[in-house]
Amino acid sequence: MAEKKSYLQEFTKGIIKENPVLCLVLGTCPTLAVTTSASNAIGMGVAATAVLICSNAVISMLRKVIPDKVRIPAYITIIAGFVTIVQMIVKAFSPAINDSLGIFLPLIVVNCIILGRAEMYASKNPVFPSILDGLGMGVGFTAALLCMGIIREVLGSGSIFGIQVLPVQILIFILPPGGFFVFGILIALANKLNTKAGKKVVESPCQGCPMSKTCKSFECAKTDSENSDKEVAENAG
Amino acid sequence: MLVKSLVSVFLAAILTENYVLCKFLGICPFLGVSKKLNTAVGMSIAVTFVMVLATAVTFPIYQYLLVPNDLAYLQTIVFILIIAGLVQLVEIVLKKYIPALYQSLGVYLPLITTNCAILGVTMLVLQKVETTSLYTYTYGHALVNALGAGIGFLVAMVMFAGVRSRLESADVPKSLQGLPITLISASLVALSFLGFSGFVDKLIPLA
Repeated sequence: MAEKKSYLQEFTKGIIKENPVLCLVLGTCPTLAVTTSASNAIGMGVAATAVLICSNAVISMLRKVIPDKVRIPAYITIIAGFVTIVQMIVKAFSPAINDSLGIFLPLIVVNCIILGRAEMYASKNPVFPSILDGLGMGVGFTAALLCMGIIREVLGSGSIFGIQVLPVQILIFILPPGGFFVFGILIALANKLNTKAGKKVVESPCQGCPMSKTCKSFECAKTDSENSDKEVAENAG
Repeated sequence: MLVKSLVSVFLAAILTENYVLCKFLGICPFLGVSKKLNTAVGMSIAVTFVMVLATAVTFPIYQYLLVPNDLAYLQTIVFILIIAGLVQLVEIVLKKYIPALYQSLGVYLPLITTNCAILGVTMLVLQKVETTSLYTYTYGHALVNALGAGIGFLVAMVMFAGVRSRLESADVPKSLQGLPITLISASLVALSFLGFSGFVDKLIPLA
């Protein structure tokens, strides 16, 4: 029973507590670019989730085989393979989504969420929890995208999933500045809720970045250590 | 005509099609490394360098190796591996032969492999080859486009570093502190870049 509960936690942590977009601030590029409408957001979310589950499963299976030194290139190759498969499937079954996602479909390969989960979770855990972790993170990613997509579509084109609901359209919300603005407000909201619950507030996208270990030499490392200093001070106080 | 189209591609890549502010590519370094002017400039120069180099290698490989052999579907996997290999190679070469440059740019290089702006530039340029109808889009255009994209990244980073240094002393509401206010100011910077839309077409009419 205890084990079952922990499996459930593996799945749910990605949706709320460690939401990859709103709490870890990973994968910002697709979050901003494809959320001009709710259906685009779902398309992107599902595609990324599929890649995330498959790559987490395979990387977890191979975690004892891949030498530590070449692990990042190995992960990237595995992820790129799955992205190509997903790209072909989307092209074949839903050309409209393929057109609207455009370049961001192949760019799933450099999405920090996927490499991040490979590095932080799948490379250290058995297959089944890794799949659940991938599923949870994918659902969290999709939910955040959908949230952004609905807000931007309602305000920007006055519709949800293409059905007209508002008579007015504020075009700026589906243009790039609107993307930055809505994302900023959403993160502020997540921060507000997190501080109420007494959790850590996001300060820089570097915190959750899978490459932060390799760039210890400059800013990311500094913000990290500053944060941990702050935490230490808070704990001491 | 050739020079005209080259200038047009270059200006468009910097202003109207700015990869960070109009196409949302490379947002992570844009938000993460733009706190100080010198790191912002260092990162941008490294990105520009790798962008041009990556385009120089991937463009001929795609056109003359993948397309004739019906392997265009391997684009994603081939490009990301080329970029990853290239970044490693550049790092090793710089470390060995130009240690001074390595000192200033080296720290940014490992980050660049997973920068979507690089992969984005190399892939988007191939779509342009198919969609550009007014003139033939050559290897030269692709390289100029990559250079312009890098300089556009530099312009956006430097502008934004300036905005952020002003934010340091601003009195921001508690929930908006940190990333949210950064994103909202990015929104205003992006808004200013919308003003360039149509600018290049009017300046250099090609038709």
